[in-house]
Amino acid sequence: MASAHVTKRAKYKTTIKDPGTPGTLRMTFEKILFVPHNPKSAGKLDVEFRYIKGQKHTKEGSNKPPWLNLTNNQNGSFIFEFENYSDLQECRDFVGKVLAKGGEVSEKPTVAYPDEQLSATEMELRIKLLQEDSELQKLHKQFVLSGVLTETEFWATRKKLLDREASKKTKQRLGFKSAMISDIKPSTDGRTNKVTFNLTPEVILQIFAEKPAVHRAFLSYVPNKMSERTFWTKYFRAEYLHSTKNSIAAAAEGAEDEELAVFLKQDDILASEARKKIRRVDPTLDMEADEGDDYTHLPDHGIFREGNKEMTESQNELYKRSLSQDINRHAAVVLEGRAVDVELEDTKAVAEALAQSKQKSSNKGESGGDTSRERLDRLSRMTEIEDLQGPNTLPLAPLCIKDPRDYFDSQQANALRTSGDALGGIEQIKCGLSTQEVYGSLRESISLIKAMGLKEPIVKPEVAHQVFDALTNSISNTKYHIGKNPQESILDRLPRKTKEELLHHWTSILELLKHFWASYPITTAYLYAKVNRLKDAMSNIYPQLEEIKGSVPSELRHQVSLLVRPMHQALDAAIQHYEASMQKRSAQSGERPNGYV
Amino acid sequence: MASAPSKLYADDVSVVVVLLDTNPFFWSSSSLSFSQFLSHVLAFLNAILTLNQLNQVVVIATGYNSCDYVFDSSSDLNRSFENGRMPVMCSSLLQKLEEFLIKDEQLSKEEPEGKIKSSLFSGSLSMALCYIQRVFRSGALHPHPRILCLQGSPDGPEQYVAIMNAIFSAQRSSVPIDSCFIGSQNSAFLQQASYITGGVHHKPQNLDGLFQYLMTIFATDLHSRSFIHLPKPVGVDFRASCFCHKNTIDMGYICSVCLSIFCKHHKKCSTCGSVFGQAQTEAASASDKKRKTPET
Repeated sequence: MASAHVTKRAKYKTTIKDPGTPGTLRMTFEKILFVPHNPKSAGKLDVEFRYIKGQKHTKEGSNKPPWLNLTNNQNGSFIFEFENYSDLQECRDFVGKVLAKGGEVSEKPTVAYPDEQLSATEMELRIKLLQEDSELQKLHKQFVLSGVLTETEFWATRKKLLDREASKKTKQRLGFKSAMISDIKPSTDGRTNKVTFNLTPEVILQIFAEKPAVHRAFLSYVPNKMSERTFWTKYFRAEYLHSTKNSIAAAAEGAEDEELAVFLKQDDILASEARKKIRRVDPTLDMEADEGDDYTHLPDHGIFREGNKEMTESQNELYKRSLSQDINRHAAVVLEGRAVDVELEDTKAVAEALAQSKQKSSNKGESGGDTSRERLDRLSRMTEIEDLQGPNTLPLAPLCIKDPRDYFDSQQANALRTSGDALGGIEQIKCGLSTQEVYGSLRESISLIKAMGLKEPIVKPEVAHQVFDALTNSISNTKYHIGKNPQESILDRLPRKTKEELLHHWTSILELLKHFWASYPITTAYLYAKVNRLKDAMSNIYPQLEEIKGSVPSELRHQVSLLVRPMHQALDAAIQHYEASMQKRSAQSGERPNGYV
Repeated sequence: MASAPSKLYADDVSVVVVLLDTNPFFWSSSSLSFSQFLSHVLAFLNAILTLNQLNQVVVIATGYNSCDYVFDSSSDLNRSFENGRMPVMCSSLLQKLEEFLIKDEQLSKEEPEGKIKSSLFSGSLSMALCYIQRVFRSGALHPHPRILCLQGSPDGPEQYVAIMNAIFSAQRSSVPIDSCFIGSQNSAFLQQASYITGGVHHKPQNLDGLFQYLMTIFATDLHSRSFIHLPKPVGVDFRASCFCHKNTIDMGYICSVCLSIFCKHHKKCSTCGSVFGQAQTEAASASDKKRKTPET
């Protein structure tokens, strides 16, 4: 390396307009130091190089003075004016070297934290997450701010959280507008008879989606047969003819111009699609039966549109489109949603993308297989009469359990063993009496009580007292029995502060251990430093746990130590692993004096 | 009175279904005589009926061969004293019980050899649940049902599946099963039933004071139980042990058809005869094999 520092005379300017403070600029690998000649002036500067992101400078030969502009990561900048271009070049090269080196260095542990280039939105997201989750915030405060974990490390394990949060925003795709394209009104300039239609790619996409015939025509005609402009002119000519409701004129024009006819005729693709859809309708529905209900063709009926009534006429049907057709088609397209994710700029690209997506969906539809057969199946299913069907027997095998006693033995053996009656279970009381005898004696006792009446008194006072005593005693003993009731948690019995501390320690230990074990095997020096940091943090937890144990009242101490034990075990395991790997490392480093890397 | 058209059931009105163990083989060997037992129980039933006017008591006899309803306070309304010795309800209960025993005796076919046989607990438990289901369907407002088992006979392992099913259905309809065991060895069934359904299980030490036990522990209605300290179950160990060696295990193989537990892999389930497929081999035939192939 040429030299470890550069010192030049320069002027420091806060802005370009600023006349600048004359002084000395001194740059080392670590920092930039500017000392004004006049010790009283304010322009003293001391910036570390890791805050510098980039540099700009004026070119020799331009009419500007030799300026060097260093930008820092807060989007501020420092401008220096040098006495000549050679000084500038020297400084520029130096800065370039340092910045290049800074990129490498940031991966080494010597520069503790690699500078993160975080976008503002990402930062916002993190702050939002921290604000929403107080536990996360606590962990963040504990580890990141104290330097045990870096910001990146902390969030690396929570990528999912970030992704989920981020994906929430972009999920919704923009659909088609619900306004109908046929409502696009031409704008007239008022002087000539020219009308102008404003077409945006958005509108074109919608036209393509709603009118597959236009789409097909566009694909086949443009640009081979006609230019895009003539295509749209023709299209709107056709639209205009439609809007005049002059079907005779439309028919006449269509006969003359075959391309124009494409736009004027009924959309045959739509028609075939409609036929396909009708096939999927419930086969028991008879639409023809409802035809008599249609009254729109009667005089004084119909739909008002654009000032005149639309009436269905039978003549020139080929060149007529009804409003209901338009509305239905539009509704279908809006509901289907937008299948094309292309930048809406090039009409050609839009048309092709739409064609592709259509093909995909139609392939899907056809893969269903034999449609007519399916239709027959549906028909028979719809008209099925249950009474006439045979029993629907599923291929079931009855469950046959050879000996349910096994279940009892398997489960109750332990229950009996623990309740202390195991001996009683083995000893079977012999019963030498015959069935007759036992039933007889039972009946006898019933007649006895019938004859004698209820015992008087039922319970002797002494016995009752005894029972009471025994019961109260056992109840008061079991009152503090812990852990028998599954709904009861030991944690709830602890003071609130202790409980919270314990829970917090658990989460922080889990966090540390997660990072600790994720760092193995240690392959880079960076991981090595991280493990060391984590190990220090973990060993700090031990005294804290002891402190908690000491702070609780003595009757709860046992419970707390039971809770703390697994934490100890988890930490012990980690530290043991750490020490073992350290020993291995030191044994190896005997052979390799350079150590790891 | 109890059948007034619009009953205003408060939260402390209960239907108590009492399952009475009438297994003659047990009573012939019990230290407590059946007549003594009955006088304790009859007094207790009376007490429940007097605790609240709307309280209802149903008694089901758990016999050796059969079980039957022997008393229902909603139909036996006469509470007067018949002959100065006992209420009419008690004598009618005793009458029914006697008839039941005669029928039960006729059903028995062979002499049981040796040890005491268990009573038909699963049957009476099911009957109790059926009765309670009827109570649930009686209207939006109904008394709170609970089951009290007064059992002395040993458990019948062959009834395991039926009893467990009944216990789980009781748990599902949140009917607590209280149990009082008056035999010599404690019953695992009763412990489990009370444990699962949130009822109280108790085994009285001094059977002469049975009435006192019944009154202290089992007379409280469900609403009041939240304020009262009742005997808590001493933790019961329901850990599973394997069917093959009866060893307590933490991890094992379970038959997907009948839930039998084994400590090692078997080719065939010894309980239900299902053939276990080998993991990931013969994937095609596995589906066939896995389906239970019934024996015989």
